Amino acid sequence: MRVSVDSGSCHGHQMCAIAAPEVFGSDELGNATVLIDGDIPEELQAKARRAEANCPERAIIITE
Amino acid sequence: MTDTRKPVEDILTDYDIFDPEFVKDPYSAFSEIRESGCPIAHTERYAGSWLPTRYDDVVAIAQEYETFTSQSILVLPPIPGQNEGQYGGVKAPPISSDPPEHHWHRRLILPVFAPQAVAKYEQGTKDLCNSLIDEFIDKGTADVAGDYAQHIPVRVIATLLGVPLEMESDFTAWVRAALENITDVEGRKWARQNIIQFFLAQVEDRKNNPRENDFISELMNTEVEGKKVPLDYVLGVCNLMLVAGVDTTWSAIGSCMWHMAQHPEHRKALRDNPELWPTAIEELLRVYAPVTMARVLSKDAEFQGCPMKAGDRVLMAFPAANRDPRQFENPDEVILDREHNRHVAFGSGIHRCAGSNLARLEVRVALQTFLARIPEFELVNPDDVTWAGGQVHGPRRCMVKF
Repeated sequence: MRVSVDSGSCHGHQMCAIAAPEVFGSDELGNATVLIDGDIPEELQAKARRAEANCPERAIIITE
Repeated sequence: MTDTRKPVEDILTDYDIFDPEFVKDPYSAFSEIRESGCPIAHTERYAGSWLPTRYDDVVAIAQEYETFTSQSILVLPPIPGQNEGQYGGVKAPPISSDPPEHHWHRRLILPVFAPQAVAKYEQGTKDLCNSLIDEFIDKGTADVAGDYAQHIPVRVIATLLGVPLEMESDFTAWVRAALENITDVEGRKWARQNIIQFFLAQVEDRKNNPRENDFISELMNTEVEGKKVPLDYVLGVCNLMLVAGVDTTWSAIGSCMWHMAQHPEHRKALRDNPELWPTAIEELLRVYAPVTMARVLSKDAEFQGCPMKAGDRVLMAFPAANRDPRQFENPDEVILDREHNRHVAFGSGIHRCAGSNLARLEVRVALQTFLARIPEFELVNPDDVTWAGGQVHGPRRCMVKF
């Protein structure tokens, strides 16, 4: 599993970082960043899915 | 008190957001409208407005910022003549801005409110909450709205702005006149004049006595394309911070306290499982979202079959969107570990509440500090709780005993 953020859609709600703080963070403006390069470890995948399901802008993209 | 308002004939064509029943419990009205054949209601009251109640409609309108502009964002029309005179240009950027200016209006303040930037207010907020609790803990009773929630955001914002905390009661009075009692136009004028004059004096003082690490000074010295930002922008941002940063979060904290007073099982769950806090806060924000904003149409547009005209006002009922059963299972129920929660308590799209991370921090710290010191408490009398409504929904008197 890999995750990315559509920066055009993200408006900095930070709900991804609340759901999965190990996977998502914040840039200087409060917009979402991805903290993990490459594959998301097995143990964090459920959290990453939860982050996707909590983004009001539907800006989290998960590819498997 | 005699209420002389005209009774509501049909909520779909004549809703009244200032009706005492609506103020106390807007959710039944939202639900009635949402589940009718006409989920976007209309009223002629208060110069007319539309009221979308479904999640998808509210979000779609928030995303369409070219049609649904932010040239006027309150649930009532602007004060007559507000845009005239020397300080007529003072608005509340970036919430009152549209693209393209919106971009730099917002860009300049976002770094102040990023999660890593607001973390520095956590300890001060906790100390403040503890000092408020010290005042009433021995009495066995407290007004958690008036003695607790009300004092937290105003002092946090005053600290952030670097303005005198001793003026707290003035700030609170101005904000209430600007956002709560907004059917009183004279009161709104009074509030606006006071806020502008106050921040003008703060700006003048900083010109004569430069300060380090000071939000207003930094704002004054910011340059955009080689030029210092205009005074109207500085005053406008300060206006926004005060007006949008106080009543809103105070209402959210108050509603959460009201909830906790009635739900010992939720107090226990949070005590036993502190890892629930982050999702619990989002869930409480969903259910008790305090803010309704407005948009104004830039052109005629048919939206979901509604013939909207240029200049029409649309009320962005985020609290209604957050309880749409199409989006949230059991929407009226607080589920502390709710798995799917795309709530829009802080709006959606380019006007997402700039202060959301600070608001979250304040709500969490206010609840955690209170629950740690007063684990068991209940409402003195559920019928005695009073509410503010319209633009901002939250309790104004909420007596608890412990």
